[in-house]
Amino acid sequence: MFSNPDLLKFIFGRLTLDSIPYHEPILIVTFIAVAIGGGAVLGLLTYFRLWGYLWNEWFTSIDHKKIGIMYMVLAIIMLLRGFSDALLMRMQQAMAFNGNEGYLPPHHYDQIFTAHGVIMIFFVAMPLVTGLMNFAVPLQIGARDVSFPFLNNFSFWMTTAGSMLIMISLFIGEFARTGWLAYPPLSESAYSPDVGVDYYIWGLQIAGIGTLLSGVNLIATIVKMRAPGMTMMKMPIFTWTALCTNVLIVAAFPVLTAVLALLTLDRYAGTNFFTNDLGGNPMMYVNLIWIWGHPEVYILILPAFGVFSEVVSTFSSKRLFGYASMVYATVVITILSYLVWLHHFFTMGSGASVNSFFGITTMIISIPTGAKIFNWLFTMYRGRIRFEVPMLWAMGFMVTFVIGGMTGVMLAVPPADFVLHNSLFLIAHFHNVIIGGVVFGAFAGINYWFPKAFGFKLDPFWGKMSFWFWLVGFYFAFMPLYILGLMGVTRRLSQFEDPSLQIYFVIAAFGAGLIAIGIASFLMQIFVSIKNRHALADVTGDPWGGRTLEWSTSSPPPSYNFALTPIVYDHDSWWDMKNRGHIRPTDGFLPIHMPKSTGTGVILGILSIIFGFGMVWHIWWMAALGFVAMLVVTIVHTFNYNRDFYIPVEEVIRTENARTKILAEQVQ
Amino acid sequence: MTATHANTTANDEPAAFYLKEAHHPEESTMLGFWIYIMSDCLIFAVLFATYGVLGRSYAAGPSPADLFELSTVAINTTMLLLSSITYGFAMLSMEKNNTRSTLLWLGITGLFGVAFVALELNEFYHLILEGAGPQRSAFLSAFFTLVGTHGLHVTCGIIWLVTLMVQVGKRGLIHENKRRLMCLSMFWHFLDVVWIGVFSFVYLMGVLG
Repeated sequence: MFSNPDLLKFIFGRLTLDSIPYHEPILIVTFIAVAIGGGAVLGLLTYFRLWGYLWNEWFTSIDHKKIGIMYMVLAIIMLLRGFSDALLMRMQQAMAFNGNEGYLPPHHYDQIFTAHGVIMIFFVAMPLVTGLMNFAVPLQIGARDVSFPFLNNFSFWMTTAGSMLIMISLFIGEFARTGWLAYPPLSESAYSPDVGVDYYIWGLQIAGIGTLLSGVNLIATIVKMRAPGMTMMKMPIFTWTALCTNVLIVAAFPVLTAVLALLTLDRYAGTNFFTNDLGGNPMMYVNLIWIWGHPEVYILILPAFGVFSEVVSTFSSKRLFGYASMVYATVVITILSYLVWLHHFFTMGSGASVNSFFGITTMIISIPTGAKIFNWLFTMYRGRIRFEVPMLWAMGFMVTFVIGGMTGVMLAVPPADFVLHNSLFLIAHFHNVIIGGVVFGAFAGINYWFPKAFGFKLDPFWGKMSFWFWLVGFYFAFMPLYILGLMGVTRRLSQFEDPSLQIYFVIAAFGAGLIAIGIASFLMQIFVSIKNRHALADVTGDPWGGRTLEWSTSSPPPSYNFALTPIVYDHDSWWDMKNRGHIRPTDGFLPIHMPKSTGTGVILGILSIIFGFGMVWHIWWMAALGFVAMLVVTIVHTFNYNRDFYIPVEEVIRTENARTKILAEQVQ
Repeated sequence: MTATHANTTANDEPAAFYLKEAHHPEESTMLGFWIYIMSDCLIFAVLFATYGVLGRSYAAGPSPADLFELSTVAINTTMLLLSSITYGFAMLSMEKNNTRSTLLWLGITGLFGVAFVALELNEFYHLILEGAGPQRSAFLSAFFTLVGTHGLHVTCGIIWLVTLMVQVGKRGLIHENKRRLMCLSMFWHFLDVVWIGVFSFVYLMGVLG
């Protein structure tokens, strides 16, 4: 039967035994490590009988807090993968001099830098900010969940399915060798006939559905679900930045979806959108993808700005300086982020007028951003600053981000960009703002909200270790790249001719090593904190002297978040309640209307992986099966009208009384 | 201003910390679906922009004037516009809680939708047969993708419509079903608006230009 090549091709598409990279020792070792590690985790889960718990309490949960936490777990796992890629690249570049080709052959090196970029942006930074928003926004606005709880679970599983598909590419076939935005004509089937770009396309499309829907969900939540009295100008700043970010998501991700679909048609249907012949125009792709891509960087950074605003005012024990100007700055950045995309390719040759326009709009963005920096500084001025771990991250951010912002303004000058375009200067710049802004913001947010999520603080010693290694490591890793970039070294090179450059790459590799210790310290911080959770426990629900509503409920909050809906009079509403002598209510509870858990999201996620895998390998029966199954599951899901229930008042009373008792014991 | 107001309230009588009754925020579905439609609209915006840029890249192949037959497109457009009107009648029947009439108008809407898709597929078939398929030139790639994406949306709308007809048949015009019919209504009229863009921008201007 298997001698028939047509049948074999029908069953397996392009997939053959040669697609398994067993001749690549690095991948084999990685695979063995992943298999042993994964096997151990699965074995432990089975041994401790945790599957039912995971399925019932987490995977099928529509609780926004749990979904937020799952996003963070996904991001941290993918951070390990993306950072391994970074280490591989740093080691390769540090050694590939004087005729030494290094240990990574070019076709492997090219996959690694592509995977590093794709994973870090789509499956680390995005889940980090989405996770923080999911967890904190409903709590901050005094809501019991998001507007569409099932959609939220579905969005998470689509994001996870996309990341799974990218991970599969490591061991079956290969990943794209095109750079993280897969510019044509290189990404066209004429030059990338293999499955790499297809993994890229389907991984991002599937995850993109999740991102878009989660954007719609959070906008509706913020607009419709706020507690009574919370007008727009009384929303916490993090909620404001979340609103702007989700507006950006909804207004930017469809462009990515569309442009990737056009590339898909070029690759699968033989159309000529971005080809070199028959009228195709590759620059069309570059324009479109950056119309998504530039708003994307603000999608990532705005929530980080929101976290810093909360952290700085909380740990300075002061009202945020210039609340209104902070809101206006955020909105102005949201709008301007759509008017700058062309600065990513000044060298395209659009002419002086077009380049000037985009150069000027780009420079204008630094004004609202600068206003924000001053607002944070003035908040700290004469505040009672507590140097807890989140505050350290915020201060490290302020210094680092300003440097990154200034090099950004340099790149915004078109004549300078003609020299610096695609150089390591650019690489240093965007790592400077993404690590210094988004990653520091995420760590600040994790340290800040962890006690809310789990009821105990994170260990401060390992937190500080993690911070300092990250901060110092960052400067070691990227300052040499600025210098190299000014000297004209371009990005994405796997070997070098000029031996005088080597020392800079060695310093950068040393910096990456320090960051590795920073990441290890973070994992250690979580481990130590879980071990010492009783000593680090916080029963008050308000460990930092918080100002916004999430700190008014218990840690971790009950599934219904708030037993009674708070009324808001001020933008630091919890601070205001405390000042007015708030006493926790112990009676007057009511039954609470809540949505039911469902497994449909997980099932759709798995089916989308099957569909994506079939499309990547041209296994058409599998793709069709996956697609039809998704359609059927979706339709069947809509036939279930029984989606919500009431938490009986007795259960609310029981939960709240238990907390009353714990609080009373604490006072004694 | 408002903060001072809150303080004076606090001076007169202590302002309540919590609501005494259950808090039911108003339903977000219409807003959420509207936002989704706007995001879908952006996909069409990209496809229109692509057509705008590539629409004259004929690669020495046929141009719109060689290919488009306005009479077919006129019938096509009529089908879709009529389907919007009949969907409107379905919604009026829904307001009157008349299940049978709602289902009838929905059925007619679906038939108009099927006619539209069938005519479009027929047009595509003949174009491909003439050698003017999507691979022929960037213009034709952009044309097939823009028009095809709209047709795909109408097809999804028809599947959704049939699903809703079954659900209305099973459970009647309950609140959830009315909400769903409202969403599909927005979707259906949105596709009509997009088609008016396609009709004017692609077909009319193509034949004129």
